[in-house]
Amino acid sequence: MTDWRPGAAPARAARARLLAGLRAFFAARGVLEVETPILSRGAPQDPMLESWEAQAPGGERGYLQTSPEYPMKRLLADGAPDIYQIARVFRGGESGPRHNPEFTLLEWYRLGLDHHALAREVVALIADQAAQSPDWHAPRGCEAIAYADLFRSTLGVDPAETNAAELERVAGDHGLVIRGGLDRDGWLDALISLVIAPGFPPDRLTILFDYPESQAVLARPCADRPGYAARFELYWGDLELANGYHELTDPVVFRSRRKRDIAIRRARGQPLPPADRHLEAALEAGLPDCAGVALGVDRLLMRLLGVSRIDQVIDFPWA
Amino acid sequence: MSAPRIIEGQRVMATYSTNEFKAGLKLLLDGDPQAIVENEFVKPGKGQAFSRVKLRNLRTGRVLEKTFKSGESVEAADVMDTEMQYLYNDGEFWHFMVPDTFEQYAVGEAALGDSGQWLKEQDICTVTLWNGEPLSVVPPSFTELKITQCDPGLRGDTAQGGTKPATLESGAVVKVPLFVEEGETVKVDTRNGEYVSRV
Repeated sequence: MTDWRPGAAPARAARARLLAGLRAFFAARGVLEVETPILSRGAPQDPMLESWEAQAPGGERGYLQTSPEYPMKRLLADGAPDIYQIARVFRGGESGPRHNPEFTLLEWYRLGLDHHALAREVVALIADQAAQSPDWHAPRGCEAIAYADLFRSTLGVDPAETNAAELERVAGDHGLVIRGGLDRDGWLDALISLVIAPGFPPDRLTILFDYPESQAVLARPCADRPGYAARFELYWGDLELANGYHELTDPVVFRSRRKRDIAIRRARGQPLPPADRHLEAALEAGLPDCAGVALGVDRLLMRLLGVSRIDQVIDFPWA
Repeated sequence: MSAPRIIEGQRVMATYSTNEFKAGLKLLLDGDPQAIVENEFVKPGKGQAFSRVKLRNLRTGRVLEKTFKSGESVEAADVMDTEMQYLYNDGEFWHFMVPDTFEQYAVGEAALGDSGQWLKEQDICTVTLWNGEPLSVVPPSFTELKITQCDPGLRGDTAQGGTKPATLESGAVVKVPLFVEEGETVKVDTRNGEYVSRV
């Protein structure tokens, strides 16, 4: 017989409590809840994300959002105040112990903040949620470190000045051999995910800030660190929870990065979904100075409950 | 399999992409057939995806971990489990036959490994073939074998935990209770080499 039973009963009430707690956190800080469409006509060109395609019987096509970033930035360009959203997002080909192709993303934007100040707010949010129940796990301590400093201190290399072949050798020294050719960014990702992050203390929050400009996505270039972008990621133990930017507002830089992304997609034979033209126009009209972050709600729940697999907190996982 | 196929001369090679990886899949890696024990998807939110795979080398039995860039393809290993009857040992090779087709296979000592100590003529075993060559032999989980040698057990002698070693007709040595005598037939679990009962 088909196993019809939902699989995450022990996490069900905790999820409801967390969602209510997140809303209370933002209500207390005067951040406005918004909703934007899940289905859109265009998709981001980021070569590291694949969008799910949707098609209506009449032939009309759309894409399920990989994040609510684009429409939320259009709200900001339209004069919206600080905003947040608890959104369902979809990512093609992402399935595993810590990935479900459909998941819950908490995304918020703060006017006038930079990525350092926003990262501190993420830490405050996690502490606030962890305090909701004596049964929930709370992180112990937090360390902020620049991406470049982390590579120097753990692997002895400067990520901006090390090429793919040298990074491959460094990986080999740490017992990591990978099949399939990787470029410099691929090796940097491999070293972070498979060598460095597994060594983060399990209860500690780690804020990794100022990423190489080749991994800037939509973060603005760092004013004080040439070659790097104002992006941060937050880990709880070795689990990546959030990714944030001091947002790129320059439409010229936006266009040149999109051009590079499309070139990469073309070279790798990845699908080329139509671009969303509205964000570009919104940037032209003027996105206010702001910082934004997206946090995986399912993963935060995993850590709060001390469970190791995402299907322990999702009643109806895809896989 | 849904994997893309590469035509190489007359031979059709199947390949698996990392997104098809799952436990039990058999791959040809470093010239050896290897079975996936565990596959883990790893990906930074905005970065490159990887497959972290635990593989068991079907020739040597060794388990090791390998990492693949997502989207890589790996050749499938032509590995097949076939039920065969054990016929006889000629001093160098152990001979097996597929009951339906009468097709015969000679298995050398390297492929046979420790399984040889449990074999009794006419037993149905699982022979794993790789490109038509025997790779390993799994004997029946339970087998009944005659004791060819063991010391007489004294009642009440518990110095060795109440057991004594017994040599079976197939060559295996198992621990049996003290009351079991030479010439008797015993049932043994071949997976852990433990005595089950007297027959």
